[in-house]
Amino acid sequence: MNRLIWRTAFTSLLFLSMIGCVTVDKVTKVATDVGVATGAISGSQRASIQRGTAAVSKGLEDFTPEQEYYIGRTVGAVVLDRYPALPDEEVNSYVNLLGQTLAQASDVPELFNGYHFLVLDSEDINAFATPGGHIFVTRGLIRCCRTEDQLASVLAHEIGHIQLRHGMGAIEKARTTEALTILAQEGLKTFGSREVSRLTQVFGGVISDITNTMIINGYSRSYEYQADAAAVTILQRVGYNPGALTEMLRVMAKQIKPGGTDFARTHPSPQDRIAQLQESGKAFAGGGTPDIRRKRFARAVGIP
Amino acid sequence: MIRCKFLVICLSLLGVLLMKVAADAQEMMSVQVKEGHLRATTAHLGKIVATVSYGDRVTVTEERGAWKKVSLSDGKTQGWMHETALSGKRIVLSAGKGDVGTSVSRDEIALAGKGFNREVEDRYRRDNRNLDYTWINRMEEIKVSAPQMDDFIVSGLLPRSGEGGKP
Repeated sequence: MNRLIWRTAFTSLLFLSMIGCVTVDKVTKVATDVGVATGAISGSQRASIQRGTAAVSKGLEDFTPEQEYYIGRTVGAVVLDRYPALPDEEVNSYVNLLGQTLAQASDVPELFNGYHFLVLDSEDINAFATPGGHIFVTRGLIRCCRTEDQLASVLAHEIGHIQLRHGMGAIEKARTTEALTILAQEGLKTFGSREVSRLTQVFGGVISDITNTMIINGYSRSYEYQADAAAVTILQRVGYNPGALTEMLRVMAKQIKPGGTDFARTHPSPQDRIAQLQESGKAFAGGGTPDIRRKRFARAVGIP
Repeated sequence: MIRCKFLVICLSLLGVLLMKVAADAQEMMSVQVKEGHLRATTAHLGKIVATVSYGDRVTVTEERGAWKKVSLSDGKTQGWMHETALSGKRIVLSAGKGDVGTSVSRDEIALAGKGFNREVEDRYRRDNRNLDYTWINRMEEIKVSAPQMDDFIVSGLLPRSGEGGKP
């Protein structure tokens, strides 16, 4: 009897020490393997226990960067359904050069397929960033910029949204749970068409959640202020004038049309954003933009 | 018989513990980007010493801020990678799924090519034919080379730190 107590205590201790340092999955696998070896449970019972544990731990996981990339592609396609691309190679190359330089200085410089930028052919003042690293900016918003540093502030704000995962945050919780549950159920097995069809349905829901927030309703004001703060940090890290965001917002304040369906609807007013920057000590003034950056900006965006 | 079972259980548990100790000594991570680079220095414009693919396993030997010095399975190649390119999970590329390569292993933890993937996108596009991905594909093809970026930084009179991530 004493020996039994000793054994139980020893085994429990071993288990407890393991739970602290190995995943539940592994422990379950070993435990069930041992169970089968000692005849305590059958092989099929083992499979079922292991599958159940995998499903639970899967639910705690987030989407992989690869999945965020595919979400991003379709969110981008929805954006392009609303605004056409500007097929101007020079301006798009320039925006990518500038944008990717900024992205490297963000807290998330590496995405599954990197950062990519595209100018949209619209007078609206608008910009979007998908969870997959696709960043769009309209001609109208570029017209609010007088210098490369100011355009940098616009792109850095969008990079800020990606870095802070605001797009993914717009997905309804139930939707996330549903997607992860479908994944957990099937594990490694190849999906049948029924699962693909269910997943596609959830995917459509995810796209609606994100695009409705991003394009129609806008993120919360606090998300926009967070992206502004992230933008100023990125500008500082690269060496751009950190006051460029405030400068750009001043121009935007003059150009934005009240009642519009662009930034006028989805963002706090430029004045409020400037006030917030001032309050948080991020509204810098007096920083200059060297001539060379003014010139290459003017040349790329087609200002005579 | 009972003693035999007990012994099997204890040995198995000890085995797991030892495995864990070995894993702690050398942290293994997976590449979670489609294409990653090992660099000679902790900078995005640092010289590329090797290129790795999604799911590749690397061993972390040193950390400096947001950068990790990793070595490849050959034991010789070493270089720095930004932490956002790496995942603590083992990423397994399930054969025939996804479009970033194939490889199958037994003790999978995170599944690549599963969930929202090319297949789901294709199915979604079939039901939403108004969506045009032409420019999504085109913008993804716009590449900026390291020399181009370096030139952009230097000629724009920007300080060339190249450091990403939290300082």
